[in-house]
Amino acid sequence: MSHLIFLIILFPLIGVITNTFFTRRWSEAAIGIFSSAMVGASFVLSVAAFISLLGMEASARHIEQVLFDWIRVGSFHAPAALLVDTLSCVMILTVSAVSFLIHIYSIGYMHGDTGFRRYFIFLNLFVFFMLLLVLGSNFLVMFIGWEGVGLCSYLLIGFWYTDEVKATAGKKAFIVNRIGDFGFMLAIFLIWTTFGTIQFDEIIPRMASFPIGSSVITAICLLLFVGAIGKSAQFPLYVWLPDAMAGPTPVSALIHAATMVTAGVYMVARSHFLYSMAPAALEVVAIVGAGTAIFAATIGLVQNDIKKVLAYSTVSQLGYMFLACGVGAYGVAIFHLMTHAFFKALLFLGSGSVIHGMSGEQDIRQMGGLKTKMPKTYWTFLVATLAIAGIPGFSGFFSKDEILWKTFEGHHYVLWVVGVVAAFFTAFYMFRLLYLTFHGKFRGSKSQEQHVHESPSSMTVPLIILAVLAAIGGYVGLPAALGGSNHFEHFLHPVFAGGHAHLLLGGAHHGVEPVEYIVMLISVIVALLGIWLARSGYFRMASWPGKLSKGMIYTTVLNKYYVDQIYDVGISRPTVKFSEIMAEWFDLGVIDGLVNGVAAFFNWVAGWLRRLQTGFVQNYAILMGAGIILVLASLFYKMFF
Amino acid sequence: MFGSFFPVILFLLAAGGLVLVILFFSSLIAPHRPNPAKNSTYECGEVAEGSSWIRFNSRFYIIALIFIIFDVEVVFLYPWAIVYRHLGFWAWLEMAIFLVILLTGLAYVWAKGDLEWIRLPEKETESSAETPLTPDNLRN
Amino acid sequence: MDSYAAQIVGILPEILLIVTAIFAILLDLLSKKEERSWVATISLVGFIGSGIVSVFLWNRVGFVFSGMVAADNFTAVFRILFCFIGAITVLVSPEYLRERKIRLGEYYPILLITVFAMMVMVSAADLLLFFLGLETMSIALYVLACLDRRDSRSTEAALKYFILGAFSTAFLLYGIALIYAQTGSTSYAEIMTALIVLPLEVVTVAGVGLLLIGFAFKVAAVPFHFWSPDVYQGAPTPITAFMSVGPKAAAFVALIRVFTISLESLADIWTGAVFVIAVLTMTLGNVVALRQQNIKRMLAYSSIAHAGYLLVGIVAGGPRAIAATSFYLVAYALMNLGAFTVAMLMNRRGEGDYQLDDYRGAGFAHPLLGVTMAIFMFSLAGIPPTAGFFGKLYLFSAAVEKGYILLVVIAVLNSAVAAYYYLRIIVLMYMTRAEHEMAAVPSFGGYTLTLVVTSVLVLLIGSLPGGLLNLLLAALP
Repeated sequence: MSHLIFLIILFPLIGVITNTFFTRRWSEAAIGIFSSAMVGASFVLSVAAFISLLGMEASARHIEQVLFDWIRVGSFHAPAALLVDTLSCVMILTVSAVSFLIHIYSIGYMHGDTGFRRYFIFLNLFVFFMLLLVLGSNFLVMFIGWEGVGLCSYLLIGFWYTDEVKATAGKKAFIVNRIGDFGFMLAIFLIWTTFGTIQFDEIIPRMASFPIGSSVITAICLLLFVGAIGKSAQFPLYVWLPDAMAGPTPVSALIHAATMVTAGVYMVARSHFLYSMAPAALEVVAIVGAGTAIFAATIGLVQNDIKKVLAYSTVSQLGYMFLACGVGAYGVAIFHLMTHAFFKALLFLGSGSVIHGMSGEQDIRQMGGLKTKMPKTYWTFLVATLAIAGIPGFSGFFSKDEILWKTFEGHHYVLWVVGVVAAFFTAFYMFRLLYLTFHGKFRGSKSQEQHVHESPSSMTVPLIILAVLAAIGGYVGLPAALGGSNHFEHFLHPVFAGGHAHLLLGGAHHGVEPVEYIVMLISVIVALLGIWLARSGYFRMASWPGKLSKGMIYTTVLNKYYVDQIYDVGISRPTVKFSEIMAEWFDLGVIDGLVNGVAAFFNWVAGWLRRLQTGFVQNYAILMGAGIILVLASLFYKMFF
Repeated sequence: MFGSFFPVILFLLAAGGLVLVILFFSSLIAPHRPNPAKNSTYECGEVAEGSSWIRFNSRFYIIALIFIIFDVEVVFLYPWAIVYRHLGFWAWLEMAIFLVILLTGLAYVWAKGDLEWIRLPEKETESSAETPLTPDNLRN
Repeated sequence: MDSYAAQIVGILPEILLIVTAIFAILLDLLSKKEERSWVATISLVGFIGSGIVSVFLWNRVGFVFSGMVAADNFTAVFRILFCFIGAITVLVSPEYLRERKIRLGEYYPILLITVFAMMVMVSAADLLLFFLGLETMSIALYVLACLDRRDSRSTEAALKYFILGAFSTAFLLYGIALIYAQTGSTSYAEIMTALIVLPLEVVTVAGVGLLLIGFAFKVAAVPFHFWSPDVYQGAPTPITAFMSVGPKAAAFVALIRVFTISLESLADIWTGAVFVIAVLTMTLGNVVALRQQNIKRMLAYSSIAHAGYLLVGIVAGGPRAIAATSFYLVAYALMNLGAFTVAMLMNRRGEGDYQLDDYRGAGFAHPLLGVTMAIFMFSLAGIPPTAGFFGKLYLFSAAVEKGYILLVVIAVLNSAVAAYYYLRIIVLMYMTRAEHEMAAVPSFGGYTLTLVVTSVLVLLIGSLPGGLLNLLLAALP
């Protein structure tokens, strides 16, 4: 197996190359099936990798393949190497499985689009970079994948680039991500200067000489987290994600819900050995995570665009994952990452199906009563909604509850309360979305009503498969308290075991405590409360939502706390103003003056030197003769003095 | 410092110095009475005709070059012939290959017409820029 | 006899080229006119075959012919590079020759002989053999430079090249003679050991100095560079492309073998002179290139400047610098061949005479030419992710390691100056409008293939430089 890891990333790359150069004359179906097959091959290989990992000793589950020596400058050394351990194995399984389903779904969704081939090129390229990101065995390879997925995200958000708004959204995502990437880059530089290596497994033994809480490691962790904040849309760099919904819906499902945005979580989990040495940084991660979870959830309460609701929900759920990382429960974060990938991809694909059926309509106030018209979409959507709301039995319950329990267990009571309230909001806005979209009477136009139809099977089959995964995906991590043995955490244990022995949670094995049941019960009650409230407001059509919407709080939340405006007034405009001043005075005056001065100087020198080249061979010979005398003279000078 | 080359340098200095000394005294002692006959170029007693700065036909060079190539071949062949008995078959083969390569060159030169003194311009390189080589032109 | 066969195997790539050359001459002579296009094909096959044989000789042979020929891995690398350069030159030549109505059968055989001579130069482990290779190469180049006989500039350039070349060869030969006089040998290895034992003599130093002058001429280092702008401009463009990379690389490899290895014990004496020559060469090349309006002339001065960078590697010395210099030679060959090919194609539109102004707006009118030219210019300027960037990085970091900070600072400043004229072409191509409608570029498979191969390799080496560097480190002499 160890020689075949590269095949996992090779197949999507083959897809990119083939589609770029050779499939110009292929039919849509052929292109779609070919691209999907390439990702499917990656999935099969990921499963093979998983099986071969299972066949190994738990502590030896670590396959590394060095592809080639990539960069070697002085003592700096970065091999292009891929690493499959249990952590990256979970990631490649999730990424390739979800990507494969979304590729299939896209064949139906993108049907008839003029950019069909371009779309699949970008999508395959994205899968390639995403797999590279999670498989890289050092920070630099990871960074290449990281930048690559950012590029693909930019290309796909602005996929319909003729629309000014969509192109702008792409640019916004790119620029905000650059801020995060800058932090990540600085972190890599700092890691290199501190440890002299950027290989994950070489850093661990070199950390021995640093005390816990050492300021340089804290700095590294915080810089890494800046990168994670950008990519995973956490406060305050989350602003790009809701706008990124401008891209095609399968892209939102794949990149902006299931995979790319979770790269930040993966990166923090991958760097757990650094974070466990920096409690202060972990604290920051936990607080930012919990804060984002509730902050985004409140905005989600009042959004009317079906994809915007899901976007804020994604931001909020990513907050949960960071909360888990912040309390040292990396395995749980990855667990939630996986279940979230299933149900959030499903939600987005379901919304895509709705938008498809509604001829492009995204406003849930114009929907309603779609349950009978799109039954498959409805039932799968319902499964995902139950999962995200945290109803027992569905995948989201196990992972979210585990996060809240680890938070509570780690004595982070304030964060726990925040998490529970966010869970309440989540249940509320998700059921609000469900009721407004699928229940009640149809509120759209007549032509839309006639046109509403269930989506083709290439779209509904992935929905059904994802619904199954969203329903049962949580049982791999069934906690001991519910009679399971948490296979998931055991599987990941070897990766995370090294780092956090000193932290409060004692690894995978802990006894069942009665208080765990109480904590669990509270989150279930809170979720049911949210559902009940949504039911009263949007199914029974009670009058309180209308009254509330007159208040100032509502307006503030509806306008997303005016964060975009604050950024505009506080950052964007001053930056632009500053740039203008710099451009006019500093750049044109000082820099250009200097540059032009230098250029003029060299031009003058060049004009003078050029005259040496007279064209007369006699002159050349004389000058050469002078050169000969000087060379010999210098040699003799060296010899005698 | 100069090792065994010191006598050579001494010799160079002495020779150069002697020339300078002789020239110096010669210019000091010799009378200086030029006339046109003295200043004219000495050409075995004949009266010089025209300038010596005339263009030679480049054909001379080609013939000379071809001559040199086969001259050098002979230089190679003599030492080879002397030790041939010790070297045996491979040496014979090597020299045979060497001669074949040279003969290829000869054949090439022959076929291209470079062994003819009066050569008509080649058809394929014919152009207005090239003056046709006629006996008239060749006289200069 | 077995050992004799093994020795022959050591020089098999050279033999293949010579056999091909002779075959090509005879074919040209004996066949009818319309069949002569086969000569190009056969030459191409010869280059490819010789290159493949060179690949197979990797790790197979060492010194053969009583230590005269070093058929080691270092040689193998450059044999492959030279075959590549030769093959590319053949690919871009037929159309050019047809257009210029140069119908000389000698063209391809002489090209084969030149590459053969370059191989002899790099595989020589003896000053005499090296000199033979150098002379064969030089004479063949004099002929190639003036193939366009009706173009007065071409013949003028070739004559200048010949006169100055003969001038410098005399110095080189005299240097060899003096070193032989002092050490009693012309073998690199024996010279090396002899110089360590022998006391330092005036004669030795004079010999080293004269050798250095001869080399400086061949690599067109200041102030022995005067021939190169005139020759590069006057020679047929495929030959200019060839000359700017092939013979230069051959001379540098010989320079590495002679100076950084054989004469290493005298490094104290010659390093200072090479240091100054390097500084002068890169500075003059870059500064004068700023003012050029003719792309061939600009690339000629750029080539001088690159020789200056390469001399940094000679000054630094040691395995890492040698590997870096070799890396740079490979990178430079790829990007410069590519740039010249674009220049050739741009000129095929039938207007102008390699003027930079022809490039106005060309990026949009000719997408492939624009993109590849941009890649080559970025690479020549040393901007990542191109081969040129890593070439400079390795070269300069090797020099820094040896403590030549000042030299590297000057070289980096020079790179900044150089970026101006390289990027100006990109600016012209993409940020200015054409003054008149662009004529279509009559293209030809060989050109497209060359552009694609060279640009892809430039990018490939630029993104995965480790492979090539490790290969070169493994091949060090």
